[in-house]
Order: sequence, then structure tokens, then C-alpha cells
Amino acid sequence: MENLISIFIKSIFVDNMVFAYFLGMCSYLAVSKTVKTSVGLGIAVIFVLGITVPIDYLIHNFLLKKGALVWVSESFMDVDLSFLSFIMFIAVIASMVQLVEMIIEKFSPTLYISLGIFLPLIAVNCAILGGSLFMQQREYQNIAEATSFGLGSGLGFFLAIVGIAAIREKIRYSNVPAPLRGLGITFIITGLMGIAFMSFMGIKL
Amino acid sequence: MKDREPLFSSKNMKLLTNPLNEDNPITVQVLGICSALAITAKLEPAIVMSFSVLAVLSVSNVVISMLRNYIPPRIRIIVQLTVIAAMVILVDQVLKAYAYEVSKQLSVFVGLIITNCIIMGRLEAFAMINKPWPAFLDGVGNSAGYGVILVIVAFFRELFGSGELLGFPVFEKIGLYSIGYENNGMMILPPMALMVVGIIIWIQRSRKRELIED
Repeated sequence: MENLISIFIKSIFVDNMVFAYFLGMCSYLAVSKTVKTSVGLGIAVIFVLGITVPIDYLIHNFLLKKGALVWVSESFMDVDLSFLSFIMFIAVIASMVQLVEMIIEKFSPTLYISLGIFLPLIAVNCAILGGSLFMQQREYQNIAEATSFGLGSGLGFFLAIVGIAAIREKIRYSNVPAPLRGLGITFIITGLMGIAFMSFMGIKL
Repeated sequence: MKDREPLFSSKNMKLLTNPLNEDNPITVQVLGICSALAITAKLEPAIVMSFSVLAVLSVSNVVISMLRNYIPPRIRIIVQLTVIAAMVILVDQVLKAYAYEVSKQLSVFVGLIITNCIIMGRLEAFAMINKPWPAFLDGVGNSAGYGVILVIVAFFRELFGSGELLGFPVFEKIGLYSIGYENNGMMILPPMALMVVGIIIWIQRSRKRELIED
């Protein structure tokens, strides 16, 4: 249990998707104009990461990893399909996004409308694929750890995007040099936020 | 019969040169930021990454452009992703075979070319509605524009962060350390990548006023 909590906290703060690895930057920059939309995107990302990382964990451990197919037959001991992981992961993500979209549309039309275009766009959000690839690289012990990593990274993305959206709403009233307005200043603010998040780096969990 | 357009007509040349400056994928279209920031602490991975993106983008642009009349619009995203993923697997295997050290440094970011928005963005915006040859040029142009920014950022970060260029100790050779210079450790940390790109955007927009947004 302690282990799960430490993975969770670590993936929110220390290994923050946005500030430590720059994943999901495109949607982070494109959708952070207002707090309201960014909350929608953030929730959708938590949701999809929480689902796809455990599924990809199962696929990696029971289909793709070297020796993972032993449960089918002993003779598959040496089969290593991990070069297929990109295509498998992206297929899982694209189909899960589609599925989640349909489920939300059916059961909560208001949430569906407020998420709008962001839901399908999540399929090409690098934070999602990145989550699965980091899960594969860090070799988590069991599915609970993978799930807590997925949820934690989602929450980290949520915090980052809501934070930058709030700052961008305020900065509209400031006198920023004209060529720096919009994209330029957003980059520099993100850099400053990244420096703030680096203060978590020394923490051992 | 219509006259054939010459291969390098001025319209086609524009496809090649526009993304280098006024239509740059990173600083103007805001595509493909993630990888641009993450792998620019050193010059070598940045160069390898640029060539990987060049390979993936130009080939998948051509493939999608050839298939564009046969892809049902409803499932086009998954078709595009499959083409891209296949290309990325190829690139990844080639890198693992011939440049293992660099492929270790790039870690997950080779895989993340799949979700690099440059590729999806160009496929959607250009390859789906254009012929293969212009699509190829567009692919080459955009990945060159991407590569230029990557190399600029990596150049400054490696030079000031570790005092080297491609592993060659520049600052040591010209004797900067002996007069008391110290490496700026800040430059190799992730946040500085954002700052450097921010400054590049600033410079570019103050030279080209029409790009300023308000």
C-alpha cells in the first residue's frame, strides 16, 4: 500500500508528465486559454490514462514481453514481441478513447458536450502514449502499481494545465512585449513553473 | 491534356522553404513541441531525432497521400496512426541496430514520434488533400523546419550547459575555464529548453511582425 501511494505521489510531482518530460505539450499549449476548458481536458486525460495504462500493462506482460506467452505453451519461451508494442499501445489507446467517448455520450451528455473536441484529440496526446511507454520501461511489479502510476500522471497533467490556464487568464491584463505575447510568454511561464516543480526532485519516495 | 507541372515549380519550392521560417512547425504552428524540448540537452540526439522525424514524416505523408481517395473519413485517424506506427517501428529498429547509444538516450521519445502532432497535423492538413509529390516536399520541409529549431536549441543548451559540441570540449580548448568560466548547469535542466524556445519565438516574432498574436 505504501508503495502504491509513493508511486502515486511521485508520478504527480517528481516525474510530472509536463514539467519533467514535456509530454502532452501540444494540447497543454493549445487548450490552456481558459480554466474551464482546461479542467475538462485534464479530467479526460486522468480518465483515459487511468484506463489505458493498466490495459497496456496486461498486454505488455501477457502478450509482448520476452517469455510472456508461456501461459499459452512452453514452446513460446523465447518469443519476444516487444517491437510490436508501439502499434499495440496506440491501437489500445485509440480504441479506448473511442469507447470512453461512446460511454460518456450515452450516460452523461452534459460531460460529453463540455469535453467536446478534446476527447478524440486525446488519442494523439503524447502524455497518454508516454504513460504506457514509461510503464513498460520502468517495469512495475503488478497491475495496481501500474494503475496508480497512470492515475498519478493524469493528475499531474491536470494540475499543470489548470495552473497554466489560470496564469494565462491573469496575464492577459499585463503589459507583455508584443512579440512575446501568446505563445512566447506561455513557454517562459511554463519554464518557470518547471523550475518550481524541480524543487520536488530531491525528495526520495 | 493538362500540362504537367515541373517538379520544382515555385509553388513546390514554397512547400519546402515556408516551414523553415514563416510557417515553422514549432514556433508558428505549435506542433511537435514535446519531443523538441525533451531531447535537446545534447546536440547528437537532437540531430538523430530530426532525421527520424524526416524519415517518418516524408514517407507517411507520401503513403497517406497515395491512399487519400480510399480512406473512409470516419476511420482516417486510425489508418493514419497505423501507417505512422509502422514507420516508427522501422526507425526504432534501425536506430537500435546502428546507433544503440543514441537510441538509449532517446528512450521513449522515438516511440512518441507516433503521437508527435507534427506528423498527424501534416497528414490531416496536407497529405489528405494533396498529391504524393507535393506531400513529400511538405513532409521534408516541415521536418527540416522542426530540425532547425531542434538543432538551434540543442546547440545553445549543450554549448553553455556542458561546454561541449557533439562531445567535443569547445570551451576547454579555447581556455574559458582557466579564466574562471563555469558551466551553466541550468541549461541542461528541462525548464531551460522552454525558455530557449520562448526566446527563439520572441526573436522570430520581433523580426516578422505579422506573426504577432494578441
